[in-house]
Amino acid sequence: MRPLTDEEMKQVFGKLVKYIGENTSLLINRSDDTYCFRLHKNRVYYCSEKLMKKAASISRENLISFGSCFGKFTSSQKFRLTITALDYLAPYAKFKVWLKPSAEQSFLYGNHVLKSGLGRITENTPQYQGVVVFSMSEVPLGFGTTAKSTSDCRRADPMTIVCFHQADIGEYLRDEDIL
Amino acid sequence: MGRKAKYDEKRKIKKKPREAKRQGAPEFPFEIPSNPKPVGKRLQDDLDKIKAKIKAKQLAKKLRNEGSAEKLKEAIKKLKKENVDEEKSEDNDNVESLESPSNKRTSPNKVSHGRSAKKLKTDSSKEVTEESDQMVSETENENITKPKSKDKKIMSDIKHEKIAKVKSAKKRKKVNKPAKETDDDGADEDIEDKADDTIDNDNVDSHENGNGIDDGVDDEVDGNDDGDDVQDEVHGDDGADDDDDSDDDDEERKKRKEEKIRKKYEDMELRRADPDELFQLPTTEELDQIDQATGFQPTSLKERIGEINFILANFKERRQEGKTRKDYLAVLKHDLCALYDYNDFLMGKFMELFKPTELIQFVESSESQRPVTIRTNTLKTRRKDLAQALINRGVNLDPIGEWSRVGLVIYDSQVPIGATPEYLAGHYMLQGAASLLPVMALAPRENEKILDMCSAPGGKTTHIAAIMKNTGILFANDVNKDRAKATKGNIHRLGINNCVLSSVDGRKFPNVMKGFDRVLLDAPCSGTGVISKDNAVKTMKDEKDIGRCSMLQKQLILAAIDCLDADSPTGGYLVYSTCSVLVEENEWVVNYALKKRNVKLAPTGINFGREGFSRFRERRFHPSLNLTRRFYPHAHNTDGFFVAKLKKFSNSIPVKTQDKNTKKNKKNKKDKSSKDDNESDEDDEDDEDDENVEDSEDDENDDDAENDEDDEEAEDDDNEDDDEDADD
Repeated sequence: MRPLTDEEMKQVFGKLVKYIGENTSLLINRSDDTYCFRLHKNRVYYCSEKLMKKAASISRENLISFGSCFGKFTSSQKFRLTITALDYLAPYAKFKVWLKPSAEQSFLYGNHVLKSGLGRITENTPQYQGVVVFSMSEVPLGFGTTAKSTSDCRRADPMTIVCFHQADIGEYLRDEDIL
Repeated sequence: MGRKAKYDEKRKIKKKPREAKRQGAPEFPFEIPSNPKPVGKRLQDDLDKIKAKIKAKQLAKKLRNEGSAEKLKEAIKKLKKENVDEEKSEDNDNVESLESPSNKRTSPNKVSHGRSAKKLKTDSSKEVTEESDQMVSETENENITKPKSKDKKIMSDIKHEKIAKVKSAKKRKKVNKPAKETDDDGADEDIEDKADDTIDNDNVDSHENGNGIDDGVDDEVDGNDDGDDVQDEVHGDDGADDDDDSDDDDEERKKRKEEKIRKKYEDMELRRADPDELFQLPTTEELDQIDQATGFQPTSLKERIGEINFILANFKERRQEGKTRKDYLAVLKHDLCALYDYNDFLMGKFMELFKPTELIQFVESSESQRPVTIRTNTLKTRRKDLAQALINRGVNLDPIGEWSRVGLVIYDSQVPIGATPEYLAGHYMLQGAASLLPVMALAPRENEKILDMCSAPGGKTTHIAAIMKNTGILFANDVNKDRAKATKGNIHRLGINNCVLSSVDGRKFPNVMKGFDRVLLDAPCSGTGVISKDNAVKTMKDEKDIGRCSMLQKQLILAAIDCLDADSPTGGYLVYSTCSVLVEENEWVVNYALKKRNVKLAPTGINFGREGFSRFRERRFHPSLNLTRRFYPHAHNTDGFFVAKLKKFSNSIPVKTQDKNTKKNKKNKKDKSSKDDNESDEDDEDDEDDENVEDSEDDENDDDAENDEDDEEAEDDDNEDDDEDADD
């Protein structure tokens, strides 16, 4: 376990900003406790200082996880958010996409969102913007990036992709081993 | 979900244990009450229901005069008692009851006889009884019972007889005469009937009551009553009795009813105990032959199990001559093993744990799956909302019971319950009902530091975190790294962020960190409580496996206690749980911890389940072990489960036990010190794991045996009793 380097920090925040914009600062400047990011086995964890200190007493090879895992650095040293970060992305999300109930299942199997499955979308969402995907009952299902802006979506035909899939909660079942 | 258990519903919980106690196997509802006097209301209700049957039986009985003889005798006893009483009305009632048998036999003819005749008859019968009472009373029962059981079989014959007898009431006397003593009573009575017609009323009455003055009046009253009774008895014996009862004292009524009920049971008993129907216990050679012939046919095995079970329920009365209880149990064990594919060892263990009737229930319910249950994740949703969401997906569910505010039972579902969007969003956790219990017993509070020592796959861990509302610090540990992945998934899915997940050997956890407010130790076990989930347990577990589990559990529980902080303002509690029902993995382990550390048992706070054993066969545990709780699949519809809650009251490791060890067992001391100074010996232990385990296991057994000896000396009397039990 170690603090992130500046380079790594830049990558992590760069990703977060795509989804939650300026709300990223809220993750750092919390009123209840001091929170921090830590790197452990190529994964980035976010937790309170107190918890981090306790976790530090467990040896590196035996420590599996602490706090919330936000994502991992790939072998090419790029940062990728994982589905486990959803708990912090969903409440702060700036742009959202809502799915029709019929399209939920498809998205949870890792498919992109088609126009036919799109229930709602935040006004003025630009193209290639990071969005959090919700069901119509406000349950966060995952996140992705828009393939079309809100205005383009209106004109698109039903089978066009409007949102690229990046992560969904189906991964808890599909990819449990590599979370 | 793996080894950790499955659910239960409250209604069933309440009902089932009573059933198990109250009635044995459903095949044999006719057990004779060992003490006929305190027969409860239930029996009386029973009686009402089968009135008709009894009536028919009694008619037949009376026809044969044996029944009348028996009744006569009882009535005589009552009469004698009544003689002491002054009240006439009571006497009359008794007289009526006395009369009833003879009346019934001859009712068509007797009505014409007139009232005086009847009255006289009863009086005379009393005379008869005075003559033959003693003789009869000694031999009566035997004489009656034997022919009765045979005669029951030829009921049709009796009916024919009945018709004949009614037609020729007077000839009947002669027929009865050559019969046995009991028959003679009836015959005598009949003779007297005739004679009474000519005998002076007053003489007889004075004889009866020793009070001639009131007799004249009484005669008339009696006559009226008798007339009513004749009509009543045409309707039915019991109806007549009930009428009488209304006049009687309560006690009188009770006595009579009890008597009747007892008789009824005796009748049934006798029929069952008929020598022709007696079950012949096969010898071992015969058993082999039968097995080869039938090829372990389930129906024949079940039949035999039922028979043996019936015999064992009242062994004294029903057993075959020359066969011991052991013989029966051996065959029962063989049959159960064959029928349900258990190995001998495990079935033997269960037989030690349960009575035969309960054993069969346990084994049966271990065959079927427990209901699927889920726990609401209170961090993300409420149970009401979750239930609504799932119902909309076509799931049929119900709250788990009043004891839990987060549990739901799934009856059936159109969608896979482990893959709904709600599940993936972390709104609930698939979790057995039994695994809610240890967390409830642990009763975590916010802002505490808690350790879950064997956490995978995280059901209980996430439950604890939910109760703590994501505050404080929760350490989840599991030795198996692969299983820890599932825990990681579950923790994140359920939105828990106060958790540190590690994979350290639980026995060495005190070296990593101490000072926890609460520790949950859901120890790895043989899984004898979750056979419905994993059938392999039935055949794969042997004595060594149990010993190994027990050994590991003892090491873990000591480590868990060492992790606790006794000075914690809110806590200092350890909850120990297993999904095994064996004493070796439960009470024994807790008892061991009580000896080795400064801990005491605390109430679990769970208001159902059975108390743990404070003594088991030859073993004597600490008496406070009754504070622990056991759960069984057949009684509580959960998986077999054990929960104990311990409170640590001092951080120091007691020196006393070490002194004991130095005195008693040097080897043991060495072993113990090596355990305490884990750091130095860690590597060694890992290298020679198997050897170490076996060695120290032996040592501990020795140690325990010695301690038990001490205990046994203290409770000599109890011990003798239990030895007898054990032999049985």
